[in-house]
Amino acid sequence: MRFANLFRQRRPDSDKKIATQRLQLVLSHDRANISPGMLEKLKDEIIAVISKHLDIESDQVCVNFQKNYRETRLVADIPLKKHTGRSKRV
Amino acid sequence: MSGKIITISSGKGGVGKSTTTANLGIALALLGKSVICIDADIGLRNLDVMLGLENRIVYDIINVVTKQCSLRKALVRDKHCSNLALLPAAQICDKSAISEDEMERIAREAAEQADFVFIDSPAGIEHGFRYAVKPADLVLLVTNPEVPAVRDADRVIGLLEAAGRAPVQLIINRLNPELVRRDVMLDADSIVNLLAIKLVGIVPEDPAILIAGNRGQPVVLDKQSLAGKSFRNIGRRLTGEEIPFMSLQAPSWLQRIFRFQR
Repeated sequence: MRFANLFRQRRPDSDKKIATQRLQLVLSHDRANISPGMLEKLKDEIIAVISKHLDIESDQVCVNFQKNYRETRLVADIPLKKHTGRSKRV
Repeated sequence: MSGKIITISSGKGGVGKSTTTANLGIALALLGKSVICIDADIGLRNLDVMLGLENRIVYDIINVVTKQCSLRKALVRDKHCSNLALLPAAQICDKSAISEDEMERIAREAAEQADFVFIDSPAGIEHGFRYAVKPADLVLLVTNPEVPAVRDADRVIGLLEAAGRAPVQLIINRLNPELVRRDVMLDADSIVNLLAIKLVGIVPEDPAILIAGNRGQPVVLDKQSLAGKSFRNIGRRLTGEEIPFMSLQAPSWLQRIFRFQR
């Protein structure tokens, strides 16, 4: 089995994996009724709002859907800049 | 008597709804249950040819709706199982000829005469789909291991959930174990994971289904066929029996060599 994996790892993603990933993406957009373009716009707006109050790494912001059973939630991962708040004043 | 009303739906067309309806109808009839199959695909009837009953039709569902004849009179008795009957769709009308309430009334009346009523839903999510799922106690969703079919199935689940309708269970049809083994086809686990509903059966791709359709003798009657066995198993699960899923794993080339040597 491990021997077979040696060859398998060199190959790009299997068709099964690609299909699963594409489905995952399509289903999350379908369920939330939002297009990928709209999600991108939403992300920009979130960045704009948060930036008013916090120093954030805006190019590392990740806004995505997370699926748990048949419940979907929008999860935003927004890293703060390392030297903010107190350290800035020093 | 009030039998269980089960609607077979899919969203996408061509995934095997009518095949599933015909086979599950016979599977339950073979178990001694009385069954009525309703072809709800008005204008595009096909359940009659699947069952090989196309030459026996006199009345159809629209005759029953317009009270030109009774439900009992319109039913066509199956030639394989005497406890299975078909209520054919009309061929010259379209779906607007019947309302959700009328379909519900007919399905309930059928359920008074049978243990199981199967409704073969039209493809799509429009009026035909809505009247087909209205009376259902259970919706069986048929899908294929393909991106468009799974996506449409998810859409149907969403619609049924939003409407607070009957529970939905999944049948994966036309799974090719060899392609799954080679990692080129979606496997059952991934599909169940994505759709997050209960699985009641996996039907392998099987040329016997095509042949059965040509002859009007559903594959469930074929004792040799793996697809036939899958349908018989699903039938037993619908009666509440616990039947483990068959192993559909295709043997690898190594296993095949060893089997050959033995």
